[in-house]
Amino acid sequence: MGFFHRHRGSTPYLLLAPGLLFLGVFFLVPLGFLAYQSLQSGTIDFGYSFTWQFSNFSDAVSNYKPQFIRSFVYAGIATLIALVISYPVAYWIAFRGGRWKNLLLLGIVAPFFVTYLIRTLAWETILADHGLVVNTLRHLHLLGILGQNGRILQTSTAVVAGITYNFLPFMALPLYVSLEQIDARLIEAAEDLYASKFHAFLKVTLPLSLPGIVAGTLLTFIPAAGDFINAQLLGSPENHMIGNVIQSKFLELTDYPAAAAMSFILMFIIVLFVLLYARAVGTEQLTG
Amino acid sequence: MTTVAVRAERPRRSALTATWAFVKRHVLTVYSILFFVYLLLPIAIVIVFSFNNPPGKTNFVWHSFTLHNWTHWDAVPDLRSSIFLSLKIALIASIIATALGTFIALALVRYQFRGRGSTNILVFLPLSTPEIVLGASLLTLFLNMSFITFGFWTILIAHIMFCISFAVVTVKARLIGFDRHLEEAAMDLGANELTTFTKVTLPLIAPAILASLALCFAISIDDFVVTYFNAGNQVTFPLFVWGAARIGTPPQVNVIGTAIFVIALTIMLINVLVQIGRQKRSA
Repeated sequence: MGFFHRHRGSTPYLLLAPGLLFLGVFFLVPLGFLAYQSLQSGTIDFGYSFTWQFSNFSDAVSNYKPQFIRSFVYAGIATLIALVISYPVAYWIAFRGGRWKNLLLLGIVAPFFVTYLIRTLAWETILADHGLVVNTLRHLHLLGILGQNGRILQTSTAVVAGITYNFLPFMALPLYVSLEQIDARLIEAAEDLYASKFHAFLKVTLPLSLPGIVAGTLLTFIPAAGDFINAQLLGSPENHMIGNVIQSKFLELTDYPAAAAMSFILMFIIVLFVLLYARAVGTEQLTG
Repeated sequence: MTTVAVRAERPRRSALTATWAFVKRHVLTVYSILFFVYLLLPIAIVIVFSFNNPPGKTNFVWHSFTLHNWTHWDAVPDLRSSIFLSLKIALIASIIATALGTFIALALVRYQFRGRGSTNILVFLPLSTPEIVLGASLLTLFLNMSFITFGFWTILIAHIMFCISFAVVTVKARLIGFDRHLEEAAMDLGANELTTFTKVTLPLIAPAILASLALCFAISIDDFVVTYFNAGNQVTFPLFVWGAARIGTPPQVNVIGTAIFVIALTIMLINVLVQIGRQKRSA
C-alpha cells in the first residue's frame, strides 16, 4: 500500500501490533495460566498453591478414561458420517449446481442461522420418546431396532447424531470449495482415456478433493471432540464426554487444577492428532 | 374382467418403472434433496414450535396453534435483557475484531517481514483450539487477576479474541486476489497515499470488511461455550436458552430463534440473489 511506503521497515509491525497484542494477552497468556493452574494443588476454600502437582494429569487420565475415549470415539464417528453423507452433496453442488450454487450453499449454512442451542433442542424434540423418529419407527413396527428400552434420546446414538448435524456445514463447505476448483476437463480426459466413471472419480476427483477432506475432517473433529452441549442435552450421564467433566469441574465443583489438567490433555491429544494427520496426508496448507 | 384388471395394472407398473428410472438417472439429485430435507428439518421444527401452545412447561409436543408467543415475545422474565446484551456484545466485538483483523491481514499479504510465519501460526491457533479450552484458559486468567469482575467486559474480551482470527482469514482471502497495479495507477495519476488508500484500496476490500463484520457478528451472537465460562452472572441469549432448557424451554425462545434465522437468511438471500442477477446479466 503506497500510503505506508515511506516507513517500509516498521509498517507491518505497526499494523500487526494491536491485533497480535490482543491475541497474545487473551489467548497465549491464558494458556500459560491454564498450565500454571493445572500443576497446582489445594481447594477453593483454602486456596491453591503451585506444587508441580503432576498427579493432576495422571489422575485425570485414570479417573476419566471413559470420558476421554468417548469424546474421541463420538467425534471420530460423527466426522466420518459427516464426510460420507455430505461428500455427494458437495459434489452435486460443485458440478451440477450451475447458477444456483450460491443459493444451495446458503442452504448448507442455513443451520448456522439458528442458535446452536436451539437447533440442538430441536433435535431433542425430533428424537424424543413420542417425537417424529420414534413414532415413525413405531408405525413401521421397527421399534425393536432401538433395543429393549425403545428410546433414542439419552443414548449414544442421539449424541452422535446431534454432533454430526451441528458440525455438518464445517465438513460440507471445504469439500465444496475443493471440488469446485477441479477442472472438469481433467475428468473428461480420464474418461476419454477409457477410465470408467467410477475409476475416473477414484483416480482424479477424489485425490484432487483431498485438501477439502483434510480441512473438513479437522474443522469437524476438533470442535466435536471438545463439545459438551450435545451430550448434555441429548445424552444421559453415561454418554458424557470430557467436555462435560471439564465444564462441571470448572463451573460447578470449582476443582480448577483438575479441570485445567484435563483441558490440557484434551488440547494435547487434538494437536497430536492434527500433526499426525497432516503428516499422513501430506497437506502442508493447514495454516492457509 | 381379467382384461380390465390387466389394463388397470399396466399403466401403474409403467409409472412405477418410470419413477424408478428417474430415481436411478438422478440418484445424486434425489439424494441431495433428501440431504437438504434432513438439514432443514430441525429449522422447520423450531419455526413450527414457535406457534405451539404447550399446556405444560416443556415445548416438545405439538398441542395447538397460537400467535400468543409472537405477540408476547418478551413475556418471559430476563429474555429481553439477554437479547440486548447479546446484540450489544456482538456489535462491539465484530467492529473491533474486524478492525484488528484487517490490519493483520494487510500486514500479512502486503509485506515481507520477519515473524510472518509465526504470525500466521498465532492467527491459526485459536481456530484450531476447541472452544472449551479457549473458554477455560481465559477463565483461569481472569480468576488469577483478582481485580477483574466477570461480566460485560470479560464477555466482550472473549468474543473479540475468538473473532480476530475469523476476521483475518476473511479479509486475507480478498486481499490475495487484489490487483496492486490499481493503486500504482492511482499514484501515477497524482493521488497521494491517503487518497489512494481511501479511494482505491478501501472500496476494493470493503466487501471483505463487510463479510468479516457479518461473520464475527454471527459467531458472537451464537457463542455459548466461551461465554458460559466467562460471563459471571450476566446472561446472553444463548446462556438464557441454556438456563431455560433445564427447567423447560418457553416457546418464546423459538420465537427469537426464528426471528434471528429469518433476519440472517433475508440478508444472505438478498446478497445471493444480487450475485445471481449479476451473473445472469454478464452471461
